[in-house]
Amino acid sequence: MKLLNLFKKQNTEKRNNTKRNLFKKKKHTANERKSLISWLFLLPSLLGVFVFFVAPFCVVIYYSFINNPIQNIFVGFSNYINVWNNDAFRLAGINTIKFSFTAVPLAVILSLFLAAVMESRIPFKSYFRSFFLSPLMVPTASIVLIWQVMFHYNGIINKFLMVFGQSKIDWFKSDQARIVIVLLFLWKNLGYNMILFMSALASIPKDLLEVAALENANKLQIFWYIKIRYMSSTILFVTIMSLINSFKVFREVYLMTGDYPYASLYILQHFMNNTFASLDYQKLSAAAIIMFIVVSILVYFMYKVEDRFGKDVEG
Amino acid sequence: MENVIQKNYFKKLHKKKELTDKTKTVLVTIAAIVFAFIFLTPIILTVSNSFMAPSEINSNYGSIFETTEKGGKTFISKEVNLKFIPDMVTFSQYYIVLFKSPEYLLKFWNSVIYTVPIVVVQLIIATLASYGFSRFDNKIKSALFFGYIILMLMPYQVTLVPNFLVSKWLGTYDTMWSILLPGFFSPFAVFLLTKFMKRIPKEVIEAAAIDGAGEWDVFSKVCTPLCKGGIASIAILLFFDYWNMVEQPLILLPNADKHPLSVFLSKINAGEISLAFAVAVIYLVPPLLIFLYGEDYLVEGISYQGGIKG
Repeated sequence: MKLLNLFKKQNTEKRNNTKRNLFKKKKHTANERKSLISWLFLLPSLLGVFVFFVAPFCVVIYYSFINNPIQNIFVGFSNYINVWNNDAFRLAGINTIKFSFTAVPLAVILSLFLAAVMESRIPFKSYFRSFFLSPLMVPTASIVLIWQVMFHYNGIINKFLMVFGQSKIDWFKSDQARIVIVLLFLWKNLGYNMILFMSALASIPKDLLEVAALENANKLQIFWYIKIRYMSSTILFVTIMSLINSFKVFREVYLMTGDYPYASLYILQHFMNNTFASLDYQKLSAAAIIMFIVVSILVYFMYKVEDRFGKDVEG
Repeated sequence: MENVIQKNYFKKLHKKKELTDKTKTVLVTIAAIVFAFIFLTPIILTVSNSFMAPSEINSNYGSIFETTEKGGKTFISKEVNLKFIPDMVTFSQYYIVLFKSPEYLLKFWNSVIYTVPIVVVQLIIATLASYGFSRFDNKIKSALFFGYIILMLMPYQVTLVPNFLVSKWLGTYDTMWSILLPGFFSPFAVFLLTKFMKRIPKEVIEAAAIDGAGEWDVFSKVCTPLCKGGIASIAILLFFDYWNMVEQPLILLPNADKHPLSVFLSKINAGEISLAFAVAVIYLVPPLLIFLYGEDYLVEGISYQGGIKG
């Protein structure tokens, strides 16, 4: 009897084990199946990105190495050399770089300042937040109108300058034009960056700041050793986004000054648009790829800097 | 005795600190007000100017915008005035724009036709894709996702040539589809939504799976509802961006009849300046409403973006 019982027990145990194994196997395949299904969710986007961005970009690379789309003769880097030596491209490139390198750091610093203002005790905080964020929604058309009213040769700003005994500045048709565009860019983008910094500031652990204050760290030290480090990935993100948005400033420049603005306002998008008008695919492709490479290098470089700077906080 | 002195000293110190705190608050508030004024001026000016009669606009800005009325290009007046409050409120500009000149409404409608489908379809595709990216993460997927980030970071000047080529291949050049199709598959929304999806705790999804929910159920009944806020915020950002598009129509739509109002407005700026303000206000209304209703979503959505790696 005892033996029988033992045997039975063993048997059930065995069965249970096989059952468990079976279950395990089933679960495994189920997971694999689910993983496959997750690719189905990705499919529409992947297909679209391939058809509308990746594939044509490969063609652009091809175009940049041939003489023209009819003969298809490989010409090496001569298209690149042509573009590189093109005066309009040089002018546009240098202007774009000059603009981005003044506008982006200013955007980062000023929006950090705004975030600090919002962090301190001020009344009607939520209203101020809305006010600072509002330029995000203002259509380019209104911006363009107002900027013309302000900065035209006979505009408001010059009127003020006259009142204070200064001479008029021809804002759109002198080297001062860059200032106008930088101001426009800052006005439009500061609010957005400010929100990013505000959330980063809010996520710094409070006890860390308290400990620092207890140990008599001064404000500058707290700012430099704690806040900046904790925000390094946000600073990277704000810098990258500002860089991208600084390329978008063409909209306003174009709407205000047209296809051929004053030389200091001629930026890469003007060059692309005007090259389009002449249907020079080779030049366009080479220019696009040069820009692709430059932006990639910049982004990679910023990642490296952030990696070194914010290493000790993350993780 | 000593005690009293010490007490007084601390009291004084405390008071002093309170005072500097107060002056600091005042200073910061003043800074905030100055900034707010600068930020708001363009909006206030556009709105208030739209209620001014053409004669008033002309006398205010006659020295800036030339009229073409008398044949040649002439400045009407030599003075420029900054006025926030109209002498006399008039709705005549709005009347003209809304009832007398169908071309503005037509261009407005063009803007709607481009913006709304792009926002809706891009969000649908992106919601699916972000679920795909966030579930069963592996090396191939992270490599692909990195590719999306690179693509998102490329300025429009780079993607413009590919867009143009595809529109030629598909025969969509100079039709609305040349704008819509690349917009549908833009990686921006995928990038942001994946961040939202990845923050959903694994336990929530596993709990649903144990209850017998299939992948589609997990996606549609668990993950998507949890990302509602994110989806709303991205919808707002996308709307603002596409509502103001300028580059794409200039390249892909040589026929100016198909241009959205954002491009067209620049052409009326020169001539009928008083109308331009009214049109600008009408163009401002949809984003303004969205901003007022969705500001909290917007802030939440932007906050989530910080830290491109996370």
